This record gives sequence, C-alpha cells and structure tokens, in this order.
Amino acid sequence: MVSLAVDNMLVGKDEPKGFLFENCRRNAFMAKQGVTLPKARSTGTTIVGVIFNEGVVLGADTRATGGSIVCDLNCEKIHYIADNVYCCGAGTAADTEFTTRMVSSKMELLKLRTGREGRVISALRMLKQYLFRYQGHVSAALVLGGVDVTGPALYTVYPHGSTDKLPYVTMGSGSLAAMSVFEDGYKVGMNEEEAKKLVRDAIRAGIVNDLGSGSNVDITVIKQGSVQQFRPYEVICKKSERQGDYTFPAGTTAVKSSHDMVPFSALRVTDEEVMEIS
Amino acid sequence: MSLCQNDIAYDAPEWLTGEHMTGTTIMAVEFADGVVFGADSRTSTGTYVANRVTDKLTQVSDKIYCCRSGSAADTQAIADYVKLYLDLQENETNEDPTVEVASRVFQMLCYQNRDMLSASIICAGWDKNKGGQVYCLPLGGMCVRMPFAIGGSGSTYIYGHCDNTYKEGMTEEQCLKFVADAVALAMHRDGSSGGMIRLAVLTKDGCKRLNIPGNQLPTFWSK
Repeated sequence: MVSLAVDNMLVGKDEPKGFLFENCRRNAFMAKQGVTLPKARSTGTTIVGVIFNEGVVLGADTRATGGSIVCDLNCEKIHYIADNVYCCGAGTAADTEFTTRMVSSKMELLKLRTGREGRVISALRMLKQYLFRYQGHVSAALVLGGVDVTGPALYTVYPHGSTDKLPYVTMGSGSLAAMSVFEDGYKVGMNEEEAKKLVRDAIRAGIVNDLGSGSNVDITVIKQGSVQQFRPYEVICKKSERQGDYTFPAGTTAVKSSHDMVPFSALRVTDEEVMEIS
Repeated sequence: MSLCQNDIAYDAPEWLTGEHMTGTTIMAVEFADGVVFGADSRTSTGTYVANRVTDKLTQVSDKIYCCRSGSAADTQAIADYVKLYLDLQENETNEDPTVEVASRVFQMLCYQNRDMLSASIICAGWDKNKGGQVYCLPLGGMCVRMPFAIGGSGSTYIYGHCDNTYKEGMTEEQCLKFVADAVALAMHRDGSSGGMIRLAVLTKDGCKRLNIPGNQLPTFWSK
C-alpha cells in the first residue's frame, strides 16, 4: 500500500527518499470497488518490560498473525539493539524488525565512534525521531529496555514517536491483560526471580486472553554486564496429543463382490465433451 | 486524531493508530518571584489510559519549563527542538535564555508547522529581565503573555472558576492552592484528565517539584 524508496543506492540518485503516497488514492479506489488488498503480517502481540533491583526483564509472546491466520507459531519479538540494550516490538512485523535493526547498527557505530558502551537513551532518541519523521506510518510499537552507566532504564515508544518512561510497561493488543497483572503484582525493588515470574504471568495473561497473542513466553534479562535469554521461558499453548487412532486397517469395508467392477482399459469412448470450469 | 491516514483504507487496532494524549489539564500562574505550574498526569489512547503518572511539565532550559497538551508525539518533538535551540543559544551567548525567546521558538515551530501539528503549549519560566512570565500558545501558533494560563480539554470546565478565584499579587502558597484546586476541579469533570496533580514552582533559585497523589486530591467543593 505504501512503498518506501529505501536508499539512493537502490533507486538511483535523483529519487527522493522516504514514503511515496502516489498509490494511496488508487488503492482506496480499488478497495471501494471490492478488491481485497493484501494485509501486512502484523504481530498482534503482548510485550512487556519491568525494572527490578539489578536490571530489566523484557518479555514477549511468540505469535505472528496475518489477519486471522497464525503465520508463525514461534517468532522472535525481543530484538537485539546493543549488548546492553534490547527492544520488544509490536505492530507490523517488518517495521519492528527493520527499525530495530537500523537502530542496532547506529548504536554499534556510536559505540565505535565514542569508544564507550551506548546508552539506552541514545537508542530511544534514534527510535523516536525516526518514528516521528514518518508520522505513524511506520507501525512500530516498542518496549525498549537496558542497563547502562546510569542504571536500568525502561521506555515505551509509540508509532507516532511519543515515548514514556515507567518502571513497568506493556504494549501490543494484549497490553491491557498484561497491564492488569502488573498493576496487581508489581512491587518496588523486586529480585530477579520475582520479576521473571511477574513477566511470565503478564505475558501469560496476554496469551490466554488475547486472540492476537499466543504460543510461548520469551524472556530476556538484562543486568549490568550480563544478558540472559530464555527462549522459550515457558510454553503456554502446548499442542495437544491426538487421543485416538483414526486410520482404518485394510479390509474394514467389506466388498460383497468384484463382479461389477469393470477395468478402465475395458471401456470404449463413444462420445466426449470438454467442460469448461471457471 | 490521526494524521495523514484519512485517505488510506486502514483498520488497524486503536492502540496502533491512535495518537497519544488528547485530553489534558495544564496550568501556569505568574507571581512576584516566578511562576507556578500544574498539570494532571493522564495520557490516553482513545479510551485506554496509556500512562497514569505522566510528567507533562517538561524542562526546556535551566529556568524555563513548558506544559504540553495535544498529541504526545508532536509536543515531545517540539520540546526537544526548543531544548536544542535554547542550548545552542546559551552556549553562543553564555547567558541564560529568556522566557520570551523560548516562547518565540515554540511559536515559530508551532506556526510554521501548524498544518501538521496538534499541540497547544504553555511556556513559562523565570529570567532576570522580566521575572516570572507565562506565555500561552494555543493550536494555531499564536503566542501571548498572560498573568495565568490554562490549557487542554479539562481547562474548559474551569474558566469560570479561574476567573473568579484569580487575584493579582498572590503569594507562592496562594498560587499553589489556586493551581491545585483548579486542576483538581478539571480532573473531576473531564474524563480525559486524571491521575495525580504534578506541581512545580520556578523562581530565580531554580525549580521545586511537588506531587499530589490521586488519593489526596483537593475536594474543597464537595464539603
């Protein structure tokens, strides 16, 4: 629906950068005429983050959907930004993947330029300025978390480029279910195990109560100088085992006589007509 | 209040398309030694409260703050730009920027991009030339100095109260009470304002922050 001229290298020197909206009117007209437009694969998602006494715990479900179809049962929604910064993504899968990847490479360059470990706030600035520039057309709703020299930090980034700084955050279609768990169970100064359990419960609430979220709970724990990833931390929607056996043994249907069965080679074609199937 | 998406057939969920923070109550009052700020703490996306402890009082220089209302993304971006410009000016001139200059930078951004922005801002602060000042910047990019200013969706409920209660030459304590009471009244009637009251007092000595939690809001009108 919206095409993006990515880079001068790809589209030639004179092509303008950014989104082209020239097909929007045509697409709206086609949609009006009854043409079903293709849908982007979106991650109807539950993603969360919480700060604990030593760092940050990020959590996500693993379902990717396209319309009402589950496209991927075990997709990865916790993206790498830097060694000390990770980012959960909800929204259009491609948009979250590429924005986080772009910021990840910019953070690496920043680290090489300055000779210091990048800060969470730098990644936040890059994300919010990029998303604001595209006025919400880049559908990336993110939970950004990490630990730097200033300590643990946790933010949410909305597709229009607004950000919030909070001790516990949720995003995606399952955010309401997850937030209710946080509002009930969050305590100041939790230890790692408590924080992981709370994040598990929050994602579980999303998986169980939201149709857009499902499958497993992924968890990433970021502490000063260490990152632990649990993928999966827990399988919530386990595929059930088949109870019975539905294959019938040969000879289950009795054949009364083989007398009427005429072999195909014995048939003689006297007339034939081609039928059109549209 | 989504921007530019009206011509695209698009049925994504509300939390994705919905732009943030349309309902707000913000306020600022001048007094002899500086200014008093007040704001509620609710950020909403449609019917969902996305943040119940938001800080809408944003610092743009040492002694200049702004109260943001309208789209969260737009006002955050504007405040970031103003912060940048004032920082540059401070470094070039080696002097604290004045509140008038800060509000003019706000006005420039708001007016020149008025077709793309939904932001109404109260810019206030203290400088050595004119003391405490409050400038009001409503939607179209106007900028006008006022003895006190209210803004956001909740402000419509308290115009009468503010006009009735405001008196010239109030002290810091009187101003704080005036702001807290007015914001509490607005939060009481406006569905998209709520949470807690965030207050700030800005004088030549810097900024003093105060919070009134949601369970300790003034309820003087119900007695």
